[in-house]
Amino acid sequence: MISARASRHTPAIVTVLLALMLTLVPLPENLAPFRPDWVVLILIYWAMTAPGDYNVGSAFVIGILLDVAQGTLLGQHALALCVIVYITIKFHLLMRVFPLLQLTATVFALLTLYQFLLFWINGVAAVTAPTIGYWAPVITGAIVWPFLSMFLSGVRFRAQTKG
Amino acid sequence: MLSSQSNRSRLARIPALGVRALALVSLSILLMILDHRDNHLDAARRAIGAAVYPLQVVVDAPTRFWVWIRDTGATRNELRLQNSRLSAERLLTNARLQRFTALEAENARLRELLEARRQVRGEVRIAEIMAVDANPYRHNLVIAIGQQDGVYDGQALVDVNGVVGQVVEVGLMTAQAILISDPDHALPVEVSRNGLRTVAFGTGEFDRLDLPFLPNNADIREGDLLVTSGLGGAFPSGYPVAVVTNVTRLPQEPFADVTATPAAALNQVREVMLIWSASPTVETTDEADD
Repeated sequence: MISARASRHTPAIVTVLLALMLTLVPLPENLAPFRPDWVVLILIYWAMTAPGDYNVGSAFVIGILLDVAQGTLLGQHALALCVIVYITIKFHLLMRVFPLLQLTATVFALLTLYQFLLFWINGVAAVTAPTIGYWAPVITGAIVWPFLSMFLSGVRFRAQTKG
Repeated sequence: MLSSQSNRSRLARIPALGVRALALVSLSILLMILDHRDNHLDAARRAIGAAVYPLQVVVDAPTRFWVWIRDTGATRNELRLQNSRLSAERLLTNARLQRFTALEAENARLRELLEARRQVRGEVRIAEIMAVDANPYRHNLVIAIGQQDGVYDGQALVDVNGVVGQVVEVGLMTAQAILISDPDHALPVEVSRNGLRTVAFGTGEFDRLDLPFLPNNADIREGDLLVTSGLGGAFPSGYPVAVVTNVTRLPQEPFADVTATPAAALNQVREVMLIWSASPTVETTDEADD
């Protein structure tokens, strides 16, 4: 029973851990602002495809980890991720039948909201406003989304047929 | 098909997604307020930081492995060359240090004559920087020693050339520091030539600091060395910070436009030195006792 549960959750756990690592990997100085928000992308995918398994609770826990890793206010990423995952679960049935282009546009909107929430909290907490490059991850995130979702679908399919 | 149906039934069992989301959002807002107001949550942060630590180690591993490969792959000849270069350097440094010891003794004597407080000599320890990118919008770095080694909040970081930054968050085995080039960082400095005091602000660029509070008639020129003034208590005095690169005086502006280049190579350091100095709170209680 427990091992069956564990194997069902393995793909999600591994991909979320990978996303956290990709967030921490050092990039060259001029590439760093373009790093996509890997964690949000992965969470949107799992919230869309398995909303019963991964919901706002998991988003909160991962957000807190992200806050500690990045040294931001405790709760900042947690709040933003909760909101994004909540919206995704609300509309998950709709998003599943979207064609890829429309889905990518939706993800673009979600990423913009995510970045805006972080921006807004920074403003309230009087952290110095970043430059225009702050919004770059929204664009790179939308660009990597089709590839990421195809990759994750492959992972999920393989895990399901195996289990 | 089967799996999506079981998914839906599981979704139906979640009591109320909206309520849950609202509760967690309020919880995060509460956490943020607590974290922002005072540092109530430092212990919690440290505990969660211990969970993040393995991730940081894994991310840092390739760089560490590469350095190890390079070190073990070094040829005998390279090592001999490096050895002789280092010995020569050490000889020179030692010679300079002899003079420094004499000067320090003289300085202490003069300070006693002036009845000034004796300067505290800080303990120094080398810390390795982890190849972990914490936050792209801030200039910060993660060092591989933490609370276990006695690192404290606000501790000064220097490299061989000058001040690098200060510790802002202490974890169990790691610590986060912000660089002097971070836009939220301000550092009390003085011009070493004439003791003119001012504040150097980070700009978000690794090679530029701003000195916005110098009047047009201030005695400062290009090439002046800025050192820490020790005011503010976080940094011990006398460490080089930056060299003034540009002074623009516009008659219609009340303040001169002064920029400087940090002495330390802020985006290239691999190791930093942490300085243990008497903390400012201890100093004030000392004075109160006197």
